[in-house]
Amino acid sequence: MSRKLIRLHDLVMEFDGERILDNINLYINDHEFLTLLGPSGCGKTTTLRIIGGFLTPTSGDVLFDDKRINDVPAYERQINTVFQRYALFPHLDVYDNIAFGLRVSKLPKAEIDERVNEMLEVVSLKGYENRKISALSGGQQQRVAIARALVNRPKVLLLDEPLGALDLRLRKDMQNELKRIQQAMGITFIYVTHDQEEALAMSDTIVVMDKGRIQQIGRPEDIYNEPKNAFVADFIGESNILDGVMLADCQVKFFGRTFQCVDKGFAKNEPVDVVIRPEDIDIVAPDGGHLSGTVTSVTFKGLNYDIIVDFKGFKWLIQTTDFHPVGAHIGIRLTPEDIHVMPKSEYSGQFGDYSSYSAEYDELTEDAENEE
Amino acid sequence: MKNKSSQPPAKCLRNRKQRATTFLFTAPYIIWMCVFILIPLGVVFFYAMTDANTGLFTFANLSKVFSPAFMKIFGRSIWYSLLASAICLVIGYPVAYFIARQKPSVQRTLYLLVMLPMCMSFLLRTLAWVGLLQDTGIINRFLGLFGIGPLHLIRNTGAVILGMVYNYLPYMIMPLYTVIMKIDPLLIEAAEDLGCNSRRTFQKVIFPLSIPGIVSGVTMVFVPAVSTFYISQKLGSTSTTMIGDVIESQFKTAYNPNLGAALSLVLMVLIFVCVGIMNRFAGSDTEGQVVV
Repeated sequence: MSRKLIRLHDLVMEFDGERILDNINLYINDHEFLTLLGPSGCGKTTTLRIIGGFLTPTSGDVLFDDKRINDVPAYERQINTVFQRYALFPHLDVYDNIAFGLRVSKLPKAEIDERVNEMLEVVSLKGYENRKISALSGGQQQRVAIARALVNRPKVLLLDEPLGALDLRLRKDMQNELKRIQQAMGITFIYVTHDQEEALAMSDTIVVMDKGRIQQIGRPEDIYNEPKNAFVADFIGESNILDGVMLADCQVKFFGRTFQCVDKGFAKNEPVDVVIRPEDIDIVAPDGGHLSGTVTSVTFKGLNYDIIVDFKGFKWLIQTTDFHPVGAHIGIRLTPEDIHVMPKSEYSGQFGDYSSYSAEYDELTEDAENEE
Repeated sequence: MKNKSSQPPAKCLRNRKQRATTFLFTAPYIIWMCVFILIPLGVVFFYAMTDANTGLFTFANLSKVFSPAFMKIFGRSIWYSLLASAICLVIGYPVAYFIARQKPSVQRTLYLLVMLPMCMSFLLRTLAWVGLLQDTGIINRFLGLFGIGPLHLIRNTGAVILGMVYNYLPYMIMPLYTVIMKIDPLLIEAAEDLGCNSRRTFQKVIFPLSIPGIVSGVTMVFVPAVSTFYISQKLGSTSTTMIGDVIESQFKTAYNPNLGAALSLVLMVLIFVCVGIMNRFAGSDTEGQVVV
């Protein structure tokens, strides 16, 4: 199961002297669903295109089954791609699009027919064989693109934001569908997305990238619960990030108070970033908790309320199912498991402050639009 | 007594207003079309169907057109034009492909260079070839320096085809370039991804997607080439006379506009048939992308 299928070794990519990828080291196991996650311009698509053979790295090696494939052209790699805008052939119908790769490798007609029909069933497009591509909806085109890649039985399937153009409902359906296909066919998926929810829901392993560097590699739970730095903590879910000092193992001081935590191995009095997830915070009576503050804004999110609470000038985001009106005075209680301590990084101080909450939301939606 | 129901509803009124506006905007062209296209066509038709002396209705002009001598010239014109179109395609496709694959700024410059000869008079360009090709022309004088020649480069079929290719090549490159430029580079990557080397990518993706451009290009070369005159007069001989030259001579030297009109009419029908065949050849599924 955990055979290393692809290895990226000290991968560097430069365009016009600008460093797009900075020493990427990564291995991808056989049968794994691995997601490259990061904001636009983080280098995730570049990494994918290098694996696919559409770009040659400036330096470093790409190994496939322990063989260096830097100079192997895309058409000789046992890798297929689902492109961001599908890139279906407009002059061919659904059947001919899916059969394209099999015809190129000159398989007998009967086998092509059998495999195309099998794929049509997998992506639930039976009966659409002779449709023109332009007569399909976005979701259907997307499924043709997946079928066209999978029918070749590649060892690895690369997916470049394949669900980006679909509406939310369809996206959720396709997420489940893709995960099902991946498990049923036992193919390694390398998936690129900027949508952290999508990454958490589908992946075996998530690689968080920013500024051409890998920030963290891990299982979805680990990435979420144990972010390595302020960037990861902020990009994956919501986080309140505070300045703190590690007094001793399992003892961290912030807001002028000492809290018990579960993190060890820091130097005595080392400055750290403290992450507290908004959904982990328990709201209690003003005098019954560790800290008390005033609610300054309430947003109804369906499942919960997002409330911003002012603690002596520092604003936290707290997610709660109980309604607390603006101006209410509340207390909070933190258990040791709610507190996650990270070493200081270049990202310290940039994230996790909700003083300008709405502004940050704007930025997020803007990011998502830029990705389109 | 007034009948209320006879008043048109508001919706109808708006429609009528809309139609009036549409007519107002299209009127200039409709008038243009009538005066300069339909009426002259009628005149051509009238001349073709009447006797030169009596002015009475006759099929004599048309039956003369279908005589072996004229049919031979028709055949030659079509053959030369097809040949010129094919040569233009073979030369023009790689050029168009090359231009379409350059950076946008380079594309603009190269495209301009292709178009540049069209800024000069057609007659001048053809005459220039006479200066180049004739026995005492520039090429032969140059070859003479090395003791070669003089070669007989002019007054033959090759020179006529050369003149046609030279004059109409830009009309082939233009539509080809436009179509190839619009092919999404992602489709080429997708073909590579699915196992195509560059030769097969061309065969299976780029060429099929450029067929509309090929059809437009061939049409844009073929139609003016088949009806051209002057090129054969300057670069060819009496055995390369084309139908355009014959029609011209009927009006200008033989003073038989009735036969000239009949010839024009038949030529027009022939062109329609040829273009129709070419468009059919492109396949019906190109969805009217063919721009003539």
